Amino acid sequence: MKADDIQALLNEPACTHNAKSKSGCARPRPGATQGGCCFDGARNALLPIADAAHLVHGPIGCAGSSWDNRGTRSSGTDLYRIGMTTDLSEMDVIMGHGERRLFRAIRQAIETYSPAAVFVYATCVPALHGDDYAAVSKEASERFGIPVIPVDAAGFYGNKNLGNRIAGDVVYKHVIGTREPDPVPVAARRPGITPHDINLIGEWNVGGEFWSISPLLDELGLRVLCCFTGDSRFREVQTMHRAEANMVVCSKAMLHVARKLNEDWTIPYFEGSFYGIRDTSDALRGFAALLNDPDLTARTEAVIAREEARVKLALAPLRSRLAGKRALVFTGGYKSWSIVSAMQDLGMVIVATGTEKSTEEDKARIRALMGDDAEMIADNDQLALIDSFHRCRADILVAGDRYIYPTLKSRLPFLDIDHVRRIGYAGYEGMIELARNLDRSLASPVWAQVRAPAPWAADAA
Amino acid sequence: MTEIILSNKALAVNPLKISQPVGASLAFLGLARTMPLEHGARGCASFNKLFFMRHFAEPIALQTTAMDQVTTVIGADDNVVEALATICEINAPEVIGLITTGLSETQGADIPRTIRAFRDAYPSCDSVAVVPVNATDAQGCLESGFALAVEAIVASLVPPTPTTVKRPNQVNVLAGSMLTPGDIEAIRDWIEAFGLTAVILPDVADSLDGHMIDEGFSTLTYGGTTVEAIQAMGESVATLVIGRSLDRAALLLRARTGVPDHHFPGLIGLAACDAFTLALSKISGRPVPPRIERRRSQLQDAMVDCHFPLAGSRIALAADPDLLGGLVHLSAEMGMEVITAIASAKGRGLNDLPIGCVRIGDLEDLERAARDFNADLIVTNSHGAPVAARLGVPLLRAGFPLYDVHGGHAQTWVGYGGTRQTLFHLANLLAAHHREIAPHRSVFWQGTTREQETGVRLC
Repeated sequence: MKADDIQALLNEPACTHNAKSKSGCARPRPGATQGGCCFDGARNALLPIADAAHLVHGPIGCAGSSWDNRGTRSSGTDLYRIGMTTDLSEMDVIMGHGERRLFRAIRQAIETYSPAAVFVYATCVPALHGDDYAAVSKEASERFGIPVIPVDAAGFYGNKNLGNRIAGDVVYKHVIGTREPDPVPVAARRPGITPHDINLIGEWNVGGEFWSISPLLDELGLRVLCCFTGDSRFREVQTMHRAEANMVVCSKAMLHVARKLNEDWTIPYFEGSFYGIRDTSDALRGFAALLNDPDLTARTEAVIAREEARVKLALAPLRSRLAGKRALVFTGGYKSWSIVSAMQDLGMVIVATGTEKSTEEDKARIRALMGDDAEMIADNDQLALIDSFHRCRADILVAGDRYIYPTLKSRLPFLDIDHVRRIGYAGYEGMIELARNLDRSLASPVWAQVRAPAPWAADAA
Repeated sequence: MTEIILSNKALAVNPLKISQPVGASLAFLGLARTMPLEHGARGCASFNKLFFMRHFAEPIALQTTAMDQVTTVIGADDNVVEALATICEINAPEVIGLITTGLSETQGADIPRTIRAFRDAYPSCDSVAVVPVNATDAQGCLESGFALAVEAIVASLVPPTPTTVKRPNQVNVLAGSMLTPGDIEAIRDWIEAFGLTAVILPDVADSLDGHMIDEGFSTLTYGGTTVEAIQAMGESVATLVIGRSLDRAALLLRARTGVPDHHFPGLIGLAACDAFTLALSKISGRPVPPRIERRRSQLQDAMVDCHFPLAGSRIALAADPDLLGGLVHLSAEMGMEVITAIASAKGRGLNDLPIGCVRIGDLEDLERAARDFNADLIVTNSHGAPVAARLGVPLLRAGFPLYDVHGGHAQTWVGYGGTRQTLFHLANLLAAHHREIAPHRSVFWQGTTREQETGVRLC
């Protein structure tokens, strides 16, 4: 990928922080770098297209230690969980067999697993080597009659965020708009209710959490043309251009997909989140507002009132246990403020939050939620984070899985909100799950036991 | 002579193979106060760090030189120097393992030269040992990468000339990648039962067993073989080499120290355990202690008890070569039928196994063979879980990675006790999946119909 193309992707006019330095440009510091690469981000973004083959073109390092490591769930096919790689050998690299091998690999994937499409992820070694994976993909697509989509996201182009953007861009160029949606199924039609078509962009269905939302959307008559990407099918992605409204969920990196759908297909969009009662209700209202259907608005308010009442009842005993507990929330970007609001809903005090991957807009939201003296931690160093924890007199750390073991080793309670988790926290139902898990960790009897010295050590002291 | 069948597939599906840099990093994770540094793009180290975290349920020390598009083309030597200096400054380790990847190898990185540049520029870091390892992921597997790192550690840290000083009770152990922290602990106990002390290289039991420390969290390893102990390996009376993959590292250690070595392909199964016990008895000049005799007789008892479910059962195996070899030998000792043995890559240990052939392949190959030849049980890493579910057979988890169980890394496979536990595991898994005879109800049946017969119901 050319440097110009990367710059173009990092330039997102719909983003209010666009004038600031670009996250993808920040040079990682050798010897003190955390976080994944561009390939990691691109594959994560597309992997939930469950009926596609996800083929990694590179030596074993790229796929070998990372395949099938995501928490995203499918309601049907498991094809996305099948690890596929060309597993390039030294001979392939030296002799220049990469392209031929890739072509044969695509054929094998199609013949063995009949995927709806094949995504070919380029990695550093073939990128350095100059393999023309775009040409190979085009030829394979023509030969086998199945879409073969090259994703030029070699790890060394940048960080995961850039990979997300590349994935969105690739899909916008090659997939969206290549099929028309089917009519609404007869069984799903209800008298007096006008169905509306929507997309969710940047919802990953981690631990199946989208399934806590989708029954409500069904009830409201909102047909999800595509959840991009969580429990997605290739044929759904193809029809995204026909939605009447889009919601960008928890991902600035996917904002350009919504912006382009707005520019090219005049689909309005809003940004929102399904973490917390307030945000979930706001998200449902967001669709009603964009769709401009008074009946939908009325039904939405009714559903919100019912769900909020139900959840409040279920949360009552947990709320009294969690009220006043102090949490340090350390997570990237959008999730920071959306989780903050979710935990404030539970009566918890958020003492500090991480802003490592947050945009200026995210930070403004955090200030609005937490007040001007909200402590924001930009440093992702694990030791510094543990220090902050003690300084803020926090009771629990909420962060991604990268921080779980440093925290547990420090004998501190932890809640994992990473994308590899198996527990869903989205929607009203997810809120109950979130509260339950926070309480389990905070109230666990193990902390006192692992912090107390051994009896003989106490005797000596 | 076992036939090695190579794969002719263009696409590896459900890869069994883990890359050499992962293996090399693992070896360094068994050294004390150490930071492995992978010379590649940041994703290489990021993936591998998460891989280890999920396997060991531990914080993992691992850093990257963070090569990008530009430095990959114009030269990333400065990245290496900067990374080494930064780690010295921030983490103050005793050892940095500098590991190349497919990316830096393709680029043509010359890491020994870069280390010299680092030494010239940062004399203040002279006390930090830097061990370079060439470990492209376009060759080999986790096991071979681990072995390359052990060889590099010997080359960098063991003094080049033999010493005349001897510690009559000290033995060296070169411990292969298939040994879990639980295994290493068992091996240490085994050796100490003969009044010997062991320098185990690398000692993943001391670093990755999962234990709390007073300081809480550390950015370096939580334990492991010390540089001091490695430097004293020449003073041992014998070296015990566990795993054929470490043959080359052993050769180098012997050349440097003159310490005689004893080779053991693995320590799973009665015969393998007996060979190790006998060697320890000879080295120490002591008879086999009663408690080891007792463990041996316990294993024999378990072999007899478990032979009912195990003998004749059809087992499909997939692992790195040394572990695969150990499992094949155990299967042979128990009269189990190995219907397929898949290795992730070629290895010395594969050539003389008591089976006809070994296939170099992936978990798709395992699944196909297990299905075609009606396996009763499969043995492989956690990625085998969906495979086993599709096949409807039980899975015994072994090797790397184990991410869907607690304590996989703590399990002991080796020794009389470890083998005994493994037999119990195998027997229990098979028993749970025992296929009973389908009930037959005679056409002359005149009692209650099946639908109307009430089962046991708790009221």
